Amino acid sequence: MSAPAATTRQRPVPARLWAADLFRLGGAGLRARPLRAVLSALGIAIGIAAMVAVLGISASSRAQLRSTLDQLGTNMLTVSPGQTLFGEQSHLPDESVGMVARIGPVATATATGRVSTANVYRNDRIPTGETGGIAILAARTDLLATVHGSVAGGTWLNAATARYPAVVLGAEAAKLLGIGAASPGTQVWLGGHWFTVVGILDPVPLAPELDTAALVGWPVATGLLGFDGHPTTVYERSSDDAVQAVRNVLPQTANPEHPEEVQVSRPSDALAAKAAVNSTLTGLLLGLGAVALLVGGVGVANTMVISVLERRSEVGLRRSLGATRGQIRSQFLTESLLLSGLGGAAGAVIGAGVTAGYALWRGWPVAVPPYASVGGVVATLLIGGLAGLYPAVRASRLSPTEALATP
Amino acid sequence: MSAADAVAGAQPLVVLDRVRREYDAGVVAVRRVSLRIERGELMAVCGPSGSGKSTLLHLIGTLDRPSEGSVWLDGFDVAALSDRELSALRASRVGFVFQQFHLAASVPVLDNVADGLLYAGVARRERRERAEQVLCRLGLGHRLDHRPHELSGGERQRVAIARAAVGEPTLLLADEPTGNLDSRSGGQMLELLRGLHARGTTVVVITHDRDVAGALSRRVDLRDGEVVGDTAAGAAP
Repeated sequence: MSAPAATTRQRPVPARLWAADLFRLGGAGLRARPLRAVLSALGIAIGIAAMVAVLGISASSRAQLRSTLDQLGTNMLTVSPGQTLFGEQSHLPDESVGMVARIGPVATATATGRVSTANVYRNDRIPTGETGGIAILAARTDLLATVHGSVAGGTWLNAATARYPAVVLGAEAAKLLGIGAASPGTQVWLGGHWFTVVGILDPVPLAPELDTAALVGWPVATGLLGFDGHPTTVYERSSDDAVQAVRNVLPQTANPEHPEEVQVSRPSDALAAKAAVNSTLTGLLLGLGAVALLVGGVGVANTMVISVLERRSEVGLRRSLGATRGQIRSQFLTESLLLSGLGGAAGAVIGAGVTAGYALWRGWPVAVPPYASVGGVVATLLIGGLAGLYPAVRASRLSPTEALATP
Repeated sequence: MSAADAVAGAQPLVVLDRVRREYDAGVVAVRRVSLRIERGELMAVCGPSGSGKSTLLHLIGTLDRPSEGSVWLDGFDVAALSDRELSALRASRVGFVFQQFHLAASVPVLDNVADGLLYAGVARRERRERAEQVLCRLGLGHRLDHRPHELSGGERQRVAIARAAVGEPTLLLADEPTGNLDSRSGGQMLELLRGLHARGTTVVVITHDRDVAGALSRRVDLRDGEVVGDTAAGAAP
C-alpha cells in the first residue's frame, strides 16, 4: 500500500477559544455541582472576609482617632515638674503659667495644682484612708477650654464659684463617689469642708488625669485648703506649626532655674501610640485571616482535583471534539479562578459589611480601605490559580482514549 | 482550495499502513492493520469484543497514535503533526459518536450539541443556530431545552449523533451506536447515519451486530487486532 504523497498543505491550526466561551465553560463546571462550589468558595470567602474586616475595622478605628485628634487638636503641650537631681519631686515656679503664656505662638496657657493636703469623701463619715485615688486639683477657670473638655452636667468653675467651696468632678471621680448629677444640694466632704458639686465633666481624652480628679478653684484652694499655689501641670496651646518650636523653649520658660527638671509632653502622642499598639493586634488577626485563606485555597485545590477525577470522560469527549491540551487546561484553570474569585468577592462584601456594622455600632466612621478589598480579590485569584494549576495540568495530560474509557 | 488541497481531495480519506498499537502492559490491541477508506464510504468495522475495534476507531480519529506503522487522515500524516495540530484536525474534520453518549448531564440538549462546534472557532450564536437545525433534522426539535436524563436512550443517541454531525465533519466515526438500543431505535439510528452519508459524510460504524454490518455497503471484519475480512478487498491495492 502506498502512502499519500503530498503533505505540503498548511498544517491544521486550532481555532481560538473565545474568552466568553472559556468563562461559560468554567461556570458550567461550577453549576453542575452548585453545593460543592458554594462550600469551597465559602472557605475562601471566610478567609477574605476576616482579612477585609480586620483591615476595615482597624482603618475605621484609625479614622475615628484622626477625627478625635482633629477635634481635640494636636497642638496642646503639657508641662510638669520632674524630679530634682537628688530624686526629690520638683515643682514649677508660681510664675510659670504667665511666662508660658508670653511665648509668642502660645494662644492659651493654664494650669492645675495638686492640693496634696486634702482628700475628698462622699461624706464626713468615711474613714480617711478611703480616698478612692481621687486627686484634688486646684484649677484655673480657663482650664476646660484649653483641654477642650466639656461638662456632662452642671457648670464649670467661674470667677465666682472659684472663691467658694464648689467642686467640679471628673467623670471617673464622680462615678467613684457615686454622684450621678450635679445639683445645689449635692455636697462632698473635701479637706474637712463641705463642697457643693457644681458640675461633672465628660471624659477628657487629652487630659485623662482630670477624669479622676476633683477640681476646685485656685483661690479657695489656697484660702481654705492650704494649697501652696505651685502649679503642677501647665497646659498650653499654640498654632499647629509652632508646636515644635514652643516645645523647645518650654523647659527654660517654665522653670528658668532648673530647665532640666521640667517634663514636656504632648498628650495627643499618647493617643496615637495607643493606635500603634492596636496595629500589632491587627497584624496578628491579619495573620489568622491569611491562615483561613490558605485553608480555603487548599479546599479549592481539593475540589478541583476531585472535579478533574470525576470528569475524565468529559475531558476525553472534549479532546475528541477537538480541544487542545491548552484549552482543557484553560477550562479547569478558569473554573478554579471563578470558584475562588467568587469566594473572594463574596468575602470582600461580607468583610465590608462586618466592618460597617462594627463601626456603626461603635459610632466610628466606616472606612474600608480599597487596597484591602482589591488586594483580597487579587489574592484569591492568585490562590485560585495556584490551586487550579495542578488539577488543570493533570486534566490536560490525560490521554484522550483513557479518559474516554472511564465510566 | 489550493493545488495541494486538490491533490489531497483526490486521495483516500483515511489510510492505515501496517498499523500496530500496543499498550504499556504489552497488550496488543491492533496487531497489523492496513486499510484505506475512500471519501464518501459508508462502512462497518465488525468483530467480537476485544478484537481491537475501538482502538482502531481511535487511531482513525487521531485520538490515539500507532505504536508502529502510519496513519494518514485527509492527507495528513498523523505522526508528523503535534498534539495541538491533531486537535485542530479533529475539530475540523472528525465527528465521534460514543457508545456511552458522553452527554453533559446538567446542560440542555441544544447546548450539548452546540458544544460540537466549540473548538472550531464558531461564535456562540451560530453554534446554537446550527445545533438547532441539526436537532430538528434528526427529529429532536421538541427536545431542545430538555436535559439528557429526560430523554430515552434512543433520543440520547440521536443527540450524540447530532453533536458529531453539527460540525459537518468529513469523517463520522460511530462506536456501537446501536449497542445500547432496542432494535427499533437501532434501525432509526442506521437511517440517520445513512442520511448523513447521503449528505456527503464518510461514515465508519463500529459494531458487533452482524445485521447492522450487513446493512452497510462495506464491511471490515476484525479479529484479534487483525483484518480477517473486507468486502472491498478487491478494490484495495
